[in-house]
Amino acid sequence: MTAAAAVDLRNVTLAYGEFVAVKDVSLSIRKGEFVTLLGPSGCGKTTILRSIAGLVQPTGGEIDVAGRRIDNIPIHKRNIGLVFQNYALFPHKTIFDNIAFGLKYRDVEKSQISAKVTRALEMVRLPGVEKKLPSEMSGGQQQRIALARAIVIEPDVLLLDEPLSALDANLREEMRTELKIIQREVGITTIFVTHDQDEALAMSDRIVVMNKGLIEQVGTPEEVYRRPESRFVASFLGQSNLLPGRVTGVAEGLATVRLDKGHDLVAAAPASLKNDAAVTAIVRAQKVVLGPPDRGGPKGRIISTSYLGGSAAYFVDMGGITLQSIATIDDRVWREGEDVSITIAPADVLLLDEGGHRLK
Amino acid sequence: MSLDTSTSGFGWRAVQVFTVLVYIFMFAPIVVVIVLSFNASQFGGFPMTGFSLHWYAKLMQNESVLRAFQTSLWVAVVTSVVCSVLGILAALALVRYEFPGKEWVNTILIAPALVPETVLGVGLLLLIRFAHQPRTLWLLVLGHIMLALPYVVLVVQARLIGVKRVYEEAARSLGANRFQTFREITLPLIMPAIVASVLLVFTISFDNITASMFWRPSGVETMPTEILSMLKISISPEINALGTLMIVVTVGLPLLGGGLARYLARSAR
Ligand SMILES: Nc1ncnc2c1ncn2[C@@H]1O[C@H](COP(=O)(O)OP(=O)(O)O)[C@@H](O)[C@H]1O
Ligand SMILES: [Mg+2]
Repeated sequence: MTAAAAVDLRNVTLAYGEFVAVKDVSLSIRKGEFVTLLGPSGCGKTTILRSIAGLVQPTGGEIDVAGRRIDNIPIHKRNIGLVFQNYALFPHKTIFDNIAFGLKYRDVEKSQISAKVTRALEMVRLPGVEKKLPSEMSGGQQQRIALARAIVIEPDVLLLDEPLSALDANLREEMRTELKIIQREVGITTIFVTHDQDEALAMSDRIVVMNKGLIEQVGTPEEVYRRPESRFVASFLGQSNLLPGRVTGVAEGLATVRLDKGHDLVAAAPASLKNDAAVTAIVRAQKVVLGPPDRGGPKGRIISTSYLGGSAAYFVDMGGITLQSIATIDDRVWREGEDVSITIAPADVLLLDEGGHRLK
Repeated sequence: MSLDTSTSGFGWRAVQVFTVLVYIFMFAPIVVVIVLSFNASQFGGFPMTGFSLHWYAKLMQNESVLRAFQTSLWVAVVTSVVCSVLGILAALALVRYEFPGKEWVNTILIAPALVPETVLGVGLLLLIRFAHQPRTLWLLVLGHIMLALPYVVLVVQARLIGVKRVYEEAARSLGANRFQTFREITLPLIMPAIVASVLLVFTISFDNITASMFWRPSGVETMPTEILSMLKISISPEINALGTLMIVVTVGLPLLGGGLARYLARSAR
């Protein structure tokens, strides 16, 4: 625990009856930081958010917000901004009353309320809609109002539960940028929940990758993408090849890994790597480089090609092992049945031990 | 074209005729009562001898009818108020909270709507005897509450299930306590159901006869029991006028309620 933490979770556990949804989660978030909880559906992201908000009670652990222990005080005294997936704007209240709702329960003067509401609406770029009802607004507008309603109370932390997933694809990307800009402007500590890795990578200062109620890895977008700590993180983020094998030799910082079908793959050797260890080699699809067959190295044959516009995704058969490759299209697209050479740089190979953790 | 042949065949004609006959059978008596209430004749039957509001005027001077009307009104109003408060609380507890024995409480609350009224009537009477309590007007009110409560619980419950819990969660996260959340969010959103069920309860109480016969204190008449006892003496055309008024109240109120509920529901959206 650091004194400066805006949000501090210590060994938080939450069980719904027998089922443990969140297991011993510890996480410290700095003031102003944008942290994303990323993981597949059902991994416990919402449950963590609801524990901080006070909508569910953890069965173990402690939660501090702004230096104050809050897991034992009621929701309405926590000063937390909450934005839901489906906006949850009060349908019977005007936009003004929706945004002013939280101010009514704080010591804000009447004259101040309307000024604050106006400013909040300007911040989300929807000035002048005070008198409308939520049903008169589009999905994207409703989500901005929901954001304004949460920010206007100047909460200690802003909690967003998949706020963009109900929007269509174009709008989602636009809102992603805008949300990030608003968050910067206000400088508000934010915890964002999503199962969409692109969203997480684009917006976050730090990403918390979760699986089955446990934290798998915490790091910057670059760290979790480029240096996954575990098999789960490697396979969840981006497209990777996971190739089981055994170390047959370590020399001068390079390890030779004998893959299942007898191929040798050269990897940068981590310090703790032992000869003859069973490992899994991880190679990002973007790092499997295809070339003309007359170039040296292992050979393969294209099984399938998906043309993606600026790039193409291939499945390549390398003597019984199927590799995934993604390449930007510079000169040509490889067609099904064509022979290619395959190049993988040692620095682009990460090695996992038998337990699925990255060797260092 | 194929639709045409299926709606013009003999079978379809027969269904149409039969439907009309059923409606005539159901509504003809009501129409007769209403028509005859404006009949100038001394006798409560056909033929009509002219249009008159005579029987309505006579009704307004009939002391015992006016007293019965007052009694019915008072019982119906008290029943409506008590039922809506209890019904809302029960529906809230059943929809929003978990507690042991919830299923049982639900069943017991709904049961009076399923048990025959005669059985309820006798049952409550026996209970009162057993407890050595006199038959007062409060017994009648209590009985009507028991009869009508299930409908409030059912109607409000149905609406409450439709009101998403996130609205309440959002309100609480913004700083409203449980009571403020109920007043500001939940209550306005379930208001259409409350209005509808209050009017339903009023009607159920106002035109109840079977159970009221068991429960009313001796010498006290409600509107329906008053009509019944008037019928025992003679078929005066006054009864037609009274019947027409009853029809107006018991049909008009639910219609009014439905309209109001729909209006509120629309403005709550
Ligand atoms: N109220 C509840 N009762 C029982 N199980 C629940 C409840 N809420 C969530 N769960 C379970 O807890 C797990 C985590 O849920 P949640 O936190 O909503 O996941 P996520 O937001 O990551 O999709 C899921 O398996 C879900 O089925
Ligand atoms: Mg969720």
